[in-house]
Amino acid sequence: MAMTRQNAAPISGGDPDPVTEAVDLICGRYGDRPDALIEMFHDLQDGLGHVPETALKPIAKRLNLSRAEVHGVLSFYHDFHTKPVGRVVVKVCRAEACQSMGALPLIAQICDRLGVGLGSTSAGGSVTVEPVYCLGNCALAPAATVGGVLHGRVDAERVAALVTEMTGEAG
Amino acid sequence: MALIDDVDFGTPARPSAATVTLLIDGAPVTVPEGTSIMRAAQEVSRPIPKLCATDKLEPFGSCRMCLVEIEGVRGTPASCTTPVREGMNVTTQNARLERIRKGVMELYISDHPLDCLTCAANGDCELQDTAGEVGLREVRYGMDGANHFDAQVKDPIDVSNPYFQFEPSKCIACSRCVRACDEVQGTLALTLEGRGFASKISAGLEMDDFFSSECVSCGACVQACPTATLMEKSVVDHGVPTRSVETTCAYCGVGCSFKAELKGSEVVRMVPSKSGGANEGHSCVKGRFAWGYASHKDRITTPMVRESATDPWRKASWDEAIDFIATRFKDIQARHGKGAIGGITSSRCTNEEVYVVQKMIRAAFGNNNVDTCARVCHSPTGYGLKTTFGTSAGTQNFKSVEQADVILLIGANPTDGHPVFASRMKRRLRRGAKIIVVDPRRIDLVRTPHIEAAHHVPLRPGTNVAVMNAFAHTIVTEGLVDEAFVAQRCDMVEFERWRSFVSEPENAPEALAEKVGVDAETLRAAARTFAAAPNGAIYYGLGVTEHSQGSTMVMCMANLAMATGNIGREGVGVNPLRGQNNVQGSCDMGSFPHELPGYRHISDADTRALFEGDWGVHLHDQPGLRIPNMLDAAMDGSFRGIFVQGEDIAQSDPNTKHVQAALAAMDCVVVQDLFLNETAAHAHVFLPGTSFLEKDGTFTNAERRINRVRPVMAEKSGLSEWETVCRVARAMGYPMHYDHPSQIMDEIARLTPSFAGVSFARLDRDGSLQWPVNDAHPDGAPIMHVDGFVRGKGRFMITRYVPTEERSNRHFPLILTTGRILSQYNVGQQTRRTANSLWHPEDVLEIHPHDAEERGIVDGDPVSINSRVGATTLHARISDRMAPGVVYTTFHHPLSGANVITTEFSDWATNCPEYKVTAVQVNKSNLPSDWQAHREEFVAEHYRVTEPAE
Repeated sequence: MAMTRQNAAPISGGDPDPVTEAVDLICGRYGDRPDALIEMFHDLQDGLGHVPETALKPIAKRLNLSRAEVHGVLSFYHDFHTKPVGRVVVKVCRAEACQSMGALPLIAQICDRLGVGLGSTSAGGSVTVEPVYCLGNCALAPAATVGGVLHGRVDAERVAALVTEMTGEAG
Repeated sequence: MALIDDVDFGTPARPSAATVTLLIDGAPVTVPEGTSIMRAAQEVSRPIPKLCATDKLEPFGSCRMCLVEIEGVRGTPASCTTPVREGMNVTTQNARLERIRKGVMELYISDHPLDCLTCAANGDCELQDTAGEVGLREVRYGMDGANHFDAQVKDPIDVSNPYFQFEPSKCIACSRCVRACDEVQGTLALTLEGRGFASKISAGLEMDDFFSSECVSCGACVQACPTATLMEKSVVDHGVPTRSVETTCAYCGVGCSFKAELKGSEVVRMVPSKSGGANEGHSCVKGRFAWGYASHKDRITTPMVRESATDPWRKASWDEAIDFIATRFKDIQARHGKGAIGGITSSRCTNEEVYVVQKMIRAAFGNNNVDTCARVCHSPTGYGLKTTFGTSAGTQNFKSVEQADVILLIGANPTDGHPVFASRMKRRLRRGAKIIVVDPRRIDLVRTPHIEAAHHVPLRPGTNVAVMNAFAHTIVTEGLVDEAFVAQRCDMVEFERWRSFVSEPENAPEALAEKVGVDAETLRAAARTFAAAPNGAIYYGLGVTEHSQGSTMVMCMANLAMATGNIGREGVGVNPLRGQNNVQGSCDMGSFPHELPGYRHISDADTRALFEGDWGVHLHDQPGLRIPNMLDAAMDGSFRGIFVQGEDIAQSDPNTKHVQAALAAMDCVVVQDLFLNETAAHAHVFLPGTSFLEKDGTFTNAERRINRVRPVMAEKSGLSEWETVCRVARAMGYPMHYDHPSQIMDEIARLTPSFAGVSFARLDRDGSLQWPVNDAHPDGAPIMHVDGFVRGKGRFMITRYVPTEERSNRHFPLILTTGRILSQYNVGQQTRRTANSLWHPEDVLEIHPHDAEERGIVDGDPVSINSRVGATTLHARISDRMAPGVVYTTFHHPLSGANVITTEFSDWATNCPEYKVTAVQVNKSNLPSDWQAHREEFVAEHYRVTEPAE
């Protein structure tokens, strides 16, 4: 309860969990500067694959921000995940240029091939498919990234092959 | 929202000497530079439609309703974010603007449930009003698309807070709640989560609801919400109020002004008044929401009497109860002398109620045995500030903190004790002022979002004077004294004496560091920061006064303020944060045994003659007994009757067992209160009191502001407290009669120079007045000692550090200090009878992990706390907010018995108890202490009421 003072919360014994350790390391890296909050989220996501909700209280405490402020920034950016994602993340552009080159049917085909809904992760946890709004690759629409690597003029087959290559599993 | 609204100017006022003249719809208007077009338009009664703007918050420019045309400017700028310029020609309404606004409103309404008739905000909704203003007649988009309100998609209502609910489907994402929490309250508990269509208000993390979040339930968001999204549950349950009465909160010494919004005589909600000088539209969880105790079933509304305190109570008529009191009191006086009875006034009651009690004692009882609960809180403030400055009151108004550059906060925890003032302070700190916190605990203001203390001095309890002497030594020996100020304003002989005293090596930080428990460099650095401030302001609380050197410490702070030239203007001063709503007033009204109203000594023949002439009696010229003297005299049999007005000495005063024994030794204990409190267990007569919602009178807050308290309902007991007291006085043989409480204030004004210009009529006209109100200050004095000290020259006092005799030892190795918490108030008679107890259901003992580990205590364990006078049992909370060796608890619950352990030590000058330092031992224990076990039986025995025979 905040009103009985968050600072007075009981101190639990034992070793800090890996999330708290990562937070301490990363916040320390930026000198606990509140204006480096987005960089810290990037580093956490790079390290842990996502930014777990449990990281937010310790970040808020170290940066002397409120929990709401930290949550507000994190939730604003679709690129940050608060839940674990697949081992490979596929981001398919559905901005105007790519849509004009058939992005919407393409997305349907990709999801179909990989057996996963848009914005979610496959049952085995191998792949996540997400929409993005412009990868800056309009001349080579439709565009997508697979595991962070940008590809132009993609089709479902190629995306599936790239995923298989990275996961070692058939889509 | 407030139903009976003040005009909302849309954006805050911009005080500026420079003005700008412009035309709004052809009407010329002159406003301060920096004013928004929206505000200027409201000034000439041309309100511009708005949703995201309100004058408590900085302009935001998100709702796009307030667009205007400006001649020579392209487009349609938002009037809230566009400041006025000289010669501007603004159009607020034409066909184009109408079309744009309708279009925007259509978009809002296309995602808003159309359930206005059954909506809690029906009749009190800015969205509804604005839709009406812009003439919305259709929603071309229909209501079928993706939305937030269909039963299948809407988020559930968050009802976790006991007082208000959050219904996300009605939200228009204007961010007013988020901004109110940030800008007004300073807690930053809310955010607009996500983006675009998925944007929604969130109380922190995904797993948080309002109750689990950092929200402190101040109500600012509810007030800011233009829709039914954030709404008081009382309005949801009962509908919108239909009338409103302007009154004053009866909790802490901030003295917030409220509109009590009512239906008939039922309070529906309390809404803070923007025009309130102390709070300017803000509130806290107590004043805003915790008023339900006034109609709690535990309230006693008929007088009760009993022969002996061990008999059951018997209901009685007013006449019988008053006769009973007069007969017993007269009998005691006949057998044991005039001085064998006395009374205690209450800082919870109005000035008028307090005045008549002290008058009854002095005139009808014929002695000066009157004291007040300020004895146990701020009596050292009165003594210390009177000695040094010449008047027993804080020097500033609350608003002054907005000009402070460095705030020195000592022994006060404003975010819990004085939350509305704390919000002002936090606002100033977020804008760049520094704060130095002198407190054994790491209170919130040491580190809270966006605020970090420049220095925290976690001193050992009981070493305040040593810390101040170390500060003074640093300032004097490092050449940081404001010599010009001192030479002009202070007595130089006293100053030179003080200068050489604080320069002594024994006052050096290095010499005191070990006693204080803080290193010398921290002490020096903090002193330098304070001395370097263009405006340095001192704020303090009971952590200063409730010590054996309480009065010395108050004088230390006065010395420091004078030496650094921090008196007599905005942004500086020495400011007690008063505990109770009317503790300033009860002291002003002559509640101390040695002082008549206006702090004039009873031994002064001229003053006495003035009162004797008006009252038609002879006044005794010697001070009467203080509370502790009364209790001691009761034990030796010479003091046998007491009239206790609205105070619970058996819970709030130190060494409970001694208080109980003294009360038990008396022949007639009269308690006037709302509830059967702990003291009433020993009483022979119970007189039902009135809650603040039934009172007609005035309260005086910590900034000397006299505010009106207006009744919103008739007295539940059928009789006002002042009339009850008058009747007792008459029954005792002294003719005391008033037709109306305003006549009591007229008498106070007639007899008290600092109140000369005060009357109900004047207060009703001006809202409030800060005393002195007299020929020299016809409109009152927000800041004191502007051109000179009240006493003439400021007086430096020698303040030698004398350690308290209460110290830790082998048997009692820890120091217990006490305090309070946001959701509860003092002995809890009121707040415990509200949903505030959800936040603080019991008092706990905070103990450092090291001290806990040594004793094998884990969080939540029951522990026994023993001092040399008593023992009690509480649950432990492991916390590193205190240094090792210090434990902490609150005293809001009677069963906690916090004062069973506190001792008889007190301030040398005023007998203010040393609550803040008690040597204790803490051990694991599964059993209630003997006192706690006994209390259960005792209460059952002493609270019995006999029902009259059918």
